[in-house]
Amino acid sequence: MTRLLAVDALWFGLIVCAIGGIIAPIGIGRGKQRDAWIAVAQGAVYANFALITVAAGAMMWALARHDFSISYVAQVGSRATPMFYTVISLWGALEGSILFWAWVLALYSVGVVWLNRKRPGLLVPYASAALLAIALFFHVLLVGPANPFHLVSPVPLDGPGPNPLLQNHILMAVHPPLLYLGYVGMSVPFAFAVGAVLSGEITNADWMRLTRRWTLTAWAFLSAAIIAGMWWSYEVLGWGGYWAWDPVENASFIPWLTATAYLHSVMVQERRDMLRLWNLNLVVGTFVLTILGTFLTRSGIISSVHAFTQGTIGYYFLAFIAIVLVGALAMVAGNSDKLRAPGKLDAALSRETVFLLNNLLLTVFMFTVLIGTLFPLVAEAVRGVKVSVGEPFYNRMTLPVMVALLFLMGVGPALPWKRGNMDDLKRKMLPGLIVAAMVATIVVGVGAKSVYAVLAFSFVGFAGTMNVMEFVIGARARVSAHAERFGTALLRLVAGNRRRYGGYIAHMGIFVAATGIAASSTFRSEGEATLKPGQSMVVGKTTARLKDVWGREEKQRSVIGATVELVRDGAVYASLTPRMNFYPTSQQPIPTPDVRSTPFGDTYMNLMSFQQDGSSATIKVILEPLVPWIWMGGGIIVLGALVSAWPVRKLA
Amino acid sequence: MTAPMTPPETGAPRKRSLVLPITAVVVLVGAFGWLIWGGLDKNVVFFLTPNELLAKGTGGMNVPVRLGGQVKPGTVKWDDKTLDLRFDVVDTNGTGMIHVKSKGAPPQMFRDGMGVVVEGRFGADSLFQSSQLMVKHSNEYRAPKAGEKPQEMYKSLMKGSGQ
Repeated sequence: MTRLLAVDALWFGLIVCAIGGIIAPIGIGRGKQRDAWIAVAQGAVYANFALITVAAGAMMWALARHDFSISYVAQVGSRATPMFYTVISLWGALEGSILFWAWVLALYSVGVVWLNRKRPGLLVPYASAALLAIALFFHVLLVGPANPFHLVSPVPLDGPGPNPLLQNHILMAVHPPLLYLGYVGMSVPFAFAVGAVLSGEITNADWMRLTRRWTLTAWAFLSAAIIAGMWWSYEVLGWGGYWAWDPVENASFIPWLTATAYLHSVMVQERRDMLRLWNLNLVVGTFVLTILGTFLTRSGIISSVHAFTQGTIGYYFLAFIAIVLVGALAMVAGNSDKLRAPGKLDAALSRETVFLLNNLLLTVFMFTVLIGTLFPLVAEAVRGVKVSVGEPFYNRMTLPVMVALLFLMGVGPALPWKRGNMDDLKRKMLPGLIVAAMVATIVVGVGAKSVYAVLAFSFVGFAGTMNVMEFVIGARARVSAHAERFGTALLRLVAGNRRRYGGYIAHMGIFVAATGIAASSTFRSEGEATLKPGQSMVVGKTTARLKDVWGREEKQRSVIGATVELVRDGAVYASLTPRMNFYPTSQQPIPTPDVRSTPFGDTYMNLMSFQQDGSSATIKVILEPLVPWIWMGGGIIVLGALVSAWPVRKLA
Repeated sequence: MTAPMTPPETGAPRKRSLVLPITAVVVLVGAFGWLIWGGLDKNVVFFLTPNELLAKGTGGMNVPVRLGGQVKPGTVKWDDKTLDLRFDVVDTNGTGMIHVKSKGAPPQMFRDGMGVVVEGRFGADSLFQSSQLMVKHSNEYRAPKAGEKPQEMYKSLMKGSGQ
């Protein structure tokens, strides 16, 4: 019953998307009964949302009811799994995640149509059609190779439950939805680009303003998702790190780089009417990179916790990427006359130059990560060798780019648009440079050896000072002009100029996160020892004493844990319980490290192995300074994006 | 709004010389490609089986390698005081033996005959120094075989614990 309802909803959705995404735009283009066709395209957006909501709701219902007659439930469901993890298994495996993807896309589409319902012109109708055409692709997947609603016969009594790694931590409920909201959100700017080309509004500046806000929203979600993914990896995988340049991490990071580049270069277009073609390329490129990322993570071409199964679905993605690329190329080439930007660079010393450099660096960064990610695939296909591209490659290639970007984040705000003045710049940068020198001295004094680490700390000091100064200078001007208190002036400054200061807030988030990353990778120390209960180990200034090793049966798993006390001057000040969780479906135990966080850093503890009689356990202790700053920085970045994207109410 | 937005054509020459920008792009792309190639050339890690590694001879020595194979039964030696782990890795058909030396505790279910991936370097002393040890496990689910249930394996620890 549930199954039939859902399958019907998916098929109807497919038809609705085909009508709204392919026939309607043709009708709009021919001009006969144009209003009717516009109504069809926009009505299809609402209809598709309703239908896909029925299908996704049916799946959650089936998961909650343990309806093992449905293939997806039989694959990821289990009576023993807690209800919470059962329901969020919607995105825990291939088919469900495609269904969830389609639902998020439908949600965005409704948002686009509803929020722009009063906007005249053909931009939004065409954009709606483009979104429906993308949705059509996911519907084809859902009724074809990724159909989650196959009938299972005979009906199994119980299922294996979700992948153990995916039911071991609460962040599983946070990271995937954020990632989808970020990833899928990049479809909206792309749809606007298609709409702008088809409606001829490409030379109109307004579509860029519209696109910028949607990109910023998706970018905020994607930023939060990447940070949440790092956090998940840190809390679950047990190696004490948060980023490994894993292909799947890269897949989320690559479109983030192009979207970040776009958010900066779009300002150059708005202010100076330059870079029209470049911005269009960034919008299209970001979308293609999200689809490529989905292909990499969903086709099984790379093995990881994100790559669920192997199947034919990869070919569908390749075909879709090809169609989008050919279409986009035709779109850009056919409009190259209109896209020739009239603006010109006035002076080398100007804010737009910094933005151009920023875009150059981000593009180089993107290609580096992209090439590193794809190289193993190419090497295996062409030369038949299995290789992996690891951290040394990425560190060597991207660290210089990262520190250069940090430096530029301090220079940009100090320079005016159009034409700067070297003397002004020197005067403005002096406090930042003093802070940079001081930070460098301290960091070298504390014992940092890597050049990039010193540069990173020092440039964070420089750029942080420069960005803080923007707030101080602006607020001071208000204090003297309006006789306000400093706090009030600061708030009103930000409120009255959200885009600019929101951007600076996001910068501050980057600095906080960069400090956390630089500190935790530079000043990390670790130790591993086999202890009997009562014995201690010392790592840095931390003394850890094993209290006991214990076991516990839980409904869906067995847990072996060690209780380890942190001791100072003979007194216990904290107790950690690193564990191993044994799931019946996994041959390997799932490490479950325990982390004690303070603002200054984390004590990370992992149970490596234990004697089966509990007589001893091998414990790994990692001390990582300032790790919580990374998560905090992520929060500040999102706050900055929200401040920047929040619509300004126009006063009459 | 479209028409007024188009800026008036200035008297500037319509065709600028393309030599400079094209040269700049070629130089930039070339430099970037050269850097990438150098980076990849030095830092790519080859995924090899014991036989493939042995076949490389000295070419396979002192370069980063991911060695994939099986733990040869009866060769695992683990000293929990010094945290030294030694074992031999062979191809799935049992040939091509490589001695591996690793630091740190073995994964909990490390046992004879299981698939492993060892990242490290093969030294001239014919000893493979492991920097990272991963147990090969698939994401495919399968029911545990008898004797594999953790409840049975760690019965003694489970004693006295509640539900």
